[in-house]
Amino acid sequence: MIWQQIANGIATGAVYALTTLGLTMVYGVLRVLHVAHAGIYALGAYVGLVAFHYLGSFWLSLLVAMAVCGVAGVLVERFLYTPLLHLPRIVPLIGSIGLFIAMEEGFRIVAGPYALAYDAEIRFVSLAVGPLRLTAPQSLILTVTLVLLGLLWALLSHSTIGLTMRAASMDAETTSTFGVNTRAVVTLNFLIGSALAGAAGVLIGVYDNQVWPTMGSIPAYKCLAIVVLGGLGNIPGSVLASFLIGLAETLLIGVVAIPFPRDALAFVAMILVLMFRPHGLLGKG
Amino acid sequence: MLSGYLVTVLITIGIYIILALSLNMITGYAGQISLGHAAFMGIGAYTSALLYTKTGLGFWPAFLLAGLTAGLVGAILAIPCLRVREDFLAITTMGINFVVEAVFLYIPFFGAGMGIGGINPPSLFGAEISKPGFLVLVLVVIGLVILADRWLARSWIGLAWAAIREDEEAAGAMGIDVVRFKVLAFTLGSAGAGFAGSLYAHFLTFIMPVNFGFAQSIVILSMVVFGGIGTLRGPIVGAIVLGALPEISRPAMEYRTLLYGVLLLLLMRYQPGGILGESSLLPRAVRRLYQAAQGKMRNEE
Repeated sequence: MIWQQIANGIATGAVYALTTLGLTMVYGVLRVLHVAHAGIYALGAYVGLVAFHYLGSFWLSLLVAMAVCGVAGVLVERFLYTPLLHLPRIVPLIGSIGLFIAMEEGFRIVAGPYALAYDAEIRFVSLAVGPLRLTAPQSLILTVTLVLLGLLWALLSHSTIGLTMRAASMDAETTSTFGVNTRAVVTLNFLIGSALAGAAGVLIGVYDNQVWPTMGSIPAYKCLAIVVLGGLGNIPGSVLASFLIGLAETLLIGVVAIPFPRDALAFVAMILVLMFRPHGLLGKG
Repeated sequence: MLSGYLVTVLITIGIYIILALSLNMITGYAGQISLGHAAFMGIGAYTSALLYTKTGLGFWPAFLLAGLTAGLVGAILAIPCLRVREDFLAITTMGINFVVEAVFLYIPFFGAGMGIGGINPPSLFGAEISKPGFLVLVLVVIGLVILADRWLARSWIGLAWAAIREDEEAAGAMGIDVVRFKVLAFTLGSAGAGFAGSLYAHFLTFIMPVNFGFAQSIVILSMVVFGGIGTLRGPIVGAIVLGALPEISRPAMEYRTLLYGVLLLLLMRYQPGGILGESSLLPRAVRRLYQAAQGKMRNEE
């Protein structure tokens, strides 16, 4: 029974990881709280669904969703964030919230307020390690997440582009003095981060067999808490925090049955950690 | 005279004005981003509601205690907010909002999901005041808040807040007790929200946790930013425009929220100071017209 909850927690954590990675990457280079990221997550689910209807293949729909979301993320960066870099942080934050609201409404107006079914048949293996059994959908989520994370890690640590990305997120100004095109780095961060969010949207859409306009509402805020918990701008931190929260949510609510809304748990954890480590679990000064 | 519907809308806008002005103190004057203002509105509303329904205390003492309680809780919750800046602060205050809402939602003492009902309107001299009477009450409170706002903004408290807002390290280096003034901002702003919450509770006569969630905080913050953060006229105009917007755009009911989101987006992109901010189009145009008129008068003398 507890192993079932752990399996749930792992799947949940994986989806959180894919979503929060984008948030953290964006924050790392632009210091912007990209609330509209959750809108791109939902966009991924919708685009994936449409692609699935036309192409019939889950994997193709996943790729299409990732590509479209990557582009969408870059458009948001170009239109909203880069022009507002010199202003107080509250301005792009409110703009982002406005964009998110508009996107949710856009989904509702175009696709209707009801949940649509994303019934892609997942022919995948069911993994098992000891008493831990992951169902086919859960294995799919974990595998896709690990593959994408692996690719990202390889990019960041073993390529020159990755090096410039890491440098830019540490200190954009100094990095540009080394001749790095920091604008391109920012765009790349948004491209990759948004594509990951799109993948997360598709995976959740298929897992729950549901795509609906406000599916991004809770991730919008919860992923911010997870990102802060892990350390803003810290990629390993967000991955760690995502899995921790995913597990904590399912275990605390499913096993210990505390009468507490699972969505507030991420915030409670965040506040507690911030009181003792103001820069998050893995953040640095 | 004034139709009942219009009075209701005006009262709602009035309550939002109080909320926007109090948030402006924390976020506009002292520069501390707060995404959890609705939580303190909720604390004030629940305090007032519980005191009224469970202890038989009248409206006026309940109203005062609502503001005081909200202010006190604001002071306490300012503590985790002291160690964090800007973006971290925004998310911490967001977290506070969620946690407070969860407390109202899950602890039976607060009525849980059903909220609290039967919160009657205040009575003056023994008789329950009418709706227009309530509007007068709201206007009086707004007047008091504006007076307090002006006094604070021009006092050394306001100057300290401005220094902290512009450059916290420099302010601290100049000897300003940053902690004290930050806590003061949160306390006063939260107290204002508490008073607004009490008015809200006694106007609607029933309250539910969802009224004081993060979405409500965003609504209040949008009004402040829309009108022009850091000014007095900004939050007032923002509350009036965005408060009236749902009613004005009622014909386009389907697209109301979309309109709201797009409005926020475009405004932040092109007029980040808000509609009536210092450097925004409208005030600049008005100022130029005024100066042109003055110049013309001087030439004619």
